[in-house]
Amino acid sequence: MRRVAIIGAGMTKFMRRAKETPKELTFLATRMALDQAGIEISDIEAVTLGTAPDSFDGVHMNGEYLIDGAGGTNKPYTRVFVGGGTGVFSVIHGWKLVSSGAFDSVLVVCEEKMSSCYPHPQAAFYTIFDNILERPLGPNLVWIFALEMHRYMKKHGIKKEQIALVSVKNKRNALDHPAAGWGAKITVEDVLNSEVLAWPVQLLDISPPSDGAVALVLASEEMAKRLTDDPVWIDGIGYCLDTAYWTNRDLYYPKYVEYAARMAYRMAGIRNPPKEIDVAEPYDPFDYKELHHMEGLLLCKKGEAPKLVEEGVTERDGDLPVTPSGGLLGVGNPIAAAGLMKVAEIFFQLRGEAGKRQVKNDPVTGVAQAWGDLMQIGTVVVLRR
Amino acid sequence: MRAAVIGMGESRSSPVIPDMSYKELMFEAAEKAYSEAGISPREVDGFICSSEDFLEGTSIFDEYVPDQLGAVLKPVYTISADGLYGVIMACLQVKTGADLVVVEAHSKFSEIVYPEEVLKLALDPHYIRPLGGNPHYIASLEATRFMFEFGVLEEDLAEVVSKNKRNALKNPRASFGANVSPEEILEREYFIEPLRKDDISEPVDVAYVAVIASERKVRELGVEDPVWIKGFGYFSETPNLDSRDWGYSLYCRKCAEMAFKMSKMGIDEIDFMEICDRYSYKELQHLLEIGITMDEIRDGVTHPWGDLPVNVSGGLLGFGDPIEASGIHSLAEAYRQIKGKSGKYQLEGVENALVQNWRGIPTGSGSLLILGR
Repeated sequence: MRRVAIIGAGMTKFMRRAKETPKELTFLATRMALDQAGIEISDIEAVTLGTAPDSFDGVHMNGEYLIDGAGGTNKPYTRVFVGGGTGVFSVIHGWKLVSSGAFDSVLVVCEEKMSSCYPHPQAAFYTIFDNILERPLGPNLVWIFALEMHRYMKKHGIKKEQIALVSVKNKRNALDHPAAGWGAKITVEDVLNSEVLAWPVQLLDISPPSDGAVALVLASEEMAKRLTDDPVWIDGIGYCLDTAYWTNRDLYYPKYVEYAARMAYRMAGIRNPPKEIDVAEPYDPFDYKELHHMEGLLLCKKGEAPKLVEEGVTERDGDLPVTPSGGLLGVGNPIAAAGLMKVAEIFFQLRGEAGKRQVKNDPVTGVAQAWGDLMQIGTVVVLRR
Repeated sequence: MRAAVIGMGESRSSPVIPDMSYKELMFEAAEKAYSEAGISPREVDGFICSSEDFLEGTSIFDEYVPDQLGAVLKPVYTISADGLYGVIMACLQVKTGADLVVVEAHSKFSEIVYPEEVLKLALDPHYIRPLGGNPHYIASLEATRFMFEFGVLEEDLAEVVSKNKRNALKNPRASFGANVSPEEILEREYFIEPLRKDDISEPVDVAYVAVIASERKVRELGVEDPVWIKGFGYFSETPNLDSRDWGYSLYCRKCAEMAFKMSKMGIDEIDFMEICDRYSYKELQHLLEIGITMDEIRDGVTHPWGDLPVNVSGGLLGFGDPIEASGIHSLAEAYRQIKGKSGKYQLEGVENALVQNWRGIPTGSGSLLILGR
């Protein structure tokens, strides 16, 4: 097993109805990442791409279609996916390609263009459900996450007001992110007064579907040290998939995220996550999910995440800054690209390159996490400088 | 850390399996693979599944794989590529410290009502898809260019079809075996010139599960005859049909270069091959890229009695094409040969095999594996 570093990152602006084609989006992100790493595409030995369901782009074998945009032409190229967890998983896969000794430099690219799914990508999400047992009920994602949010609130006696604070924080954080599409100054009342979609989920509890692409350059230890003075090391990886029968699980706690986190922490030698982790980017497609995932990542005890948010611990100047980027709620949620954006944010934070978003505790260790499928998979990476 | 195949499970295969779901096919294959390897899925470090959403009719298909593989609450991911890519990724995972990795791939193609319409969605939506037509035309254009480039005749294609379909007669798992001569094939009408229906493999339903183990685990389990993975390669050409070199298959050449370099072996050390023959001309095109000449092929080296038998199992033309499981199918056939369990089509004294796969039209992506005792 070899050490693997991230040496460059790039991302497009996350927005609704980008004029660029999916290939162009991947190209823009890739170019930026290569520029930061100070290398050319010819220096890259292999490429791995992440994009969630093909149904957004409406292209069968979407990975093959995106090869040239992602710089994969005439190279060993793979496309991996685990639904919403794809963004962080692509880094895990890239880590495997380098760590195994097969390649010295790997480009990890994630792209999603959801707006070409017309009139709304929610229609594509209908096809993720079991074709015999669930689809006849006409489910959609908001519907099942409302069940999960309700269960989480009920189990720990959490109020909507507490959860809304996450949305307020993340949208405010996103105001400082140059690639963010949904930064805003809102209040708890705004969230509570927004349109009810499926109780208890309201419009401002949700991250908006977006278009965007993110790319990272991964390098072996030797190559990283040659190219940069401040590489960010991937010190832990973890992923875990739970049963497809989500109806048979207690939804109040994401056990699969805990297992993934334990795998990554074991590898990184982290024994006390709240003490040893300086900055976290848990997946926040819904505001309650950030809390849910903080608990799954063992950053606090079960049911205690809302208290940390209320006390300001998770602010950028708090003891444990959480989602300093603005997350999916503020920056945007182009599924796979959103997960990779979280890894990129930890990379920027550890290098001290986050500008106005820079957290105040001089971070050394950070964790990024994504989640996906039918409330089923957790993907975790631990980064260190 | 070397990696070996220590278990290979295969469900039943047929052009249509109406009484079993993909989950049941996967379960059957997994059960066989685990029992051959003598392991429990609970000790496995990682699972890799191969699938494409549109072929499954379900978005984010990786949701539906863990239960029937015994992979619940385990590290599982999906690779949108052939099962052979999955095996390569499993080898890499072993090199990062994993001891046991399970790879799954399956086909339930019979449930796709309009397969050609699905295939059309793989074409570039702006430049190629609006041209319409049956997507097999891409193969016919490629075949024409290849035949022009290398002086290959329709008789050569018919010879491949006849050889593979005759080979398949001895394989009890093959669905499309036939005692058909090249002359009979040439009398049949074109499907898309220069290809006849016989030149195109027909889809089948089947599932495969492979257990890949590290050298340490092989010793710990006391596996007597593991099949070692000695080299591998995977490679993608441009997705743009207009900028590809149609007569050649660069992906195959690059995969072979990568795999031979890794294994420190030469073509002369390979005893037999399972080559992707999704279309008859593809077997020839791939062989030429690997370093076999047209003269050698015409002399019969690729026949079961030749020096370098190719597709003695019947290939995809004879067995049927399990789409995203076609590469892992070829691996299963090679694995059986090396273990000496191929029954009526067993070759004598084989040690090393080469398995090659192509992802099908419209891609220029492929993978290749060298394995042996």
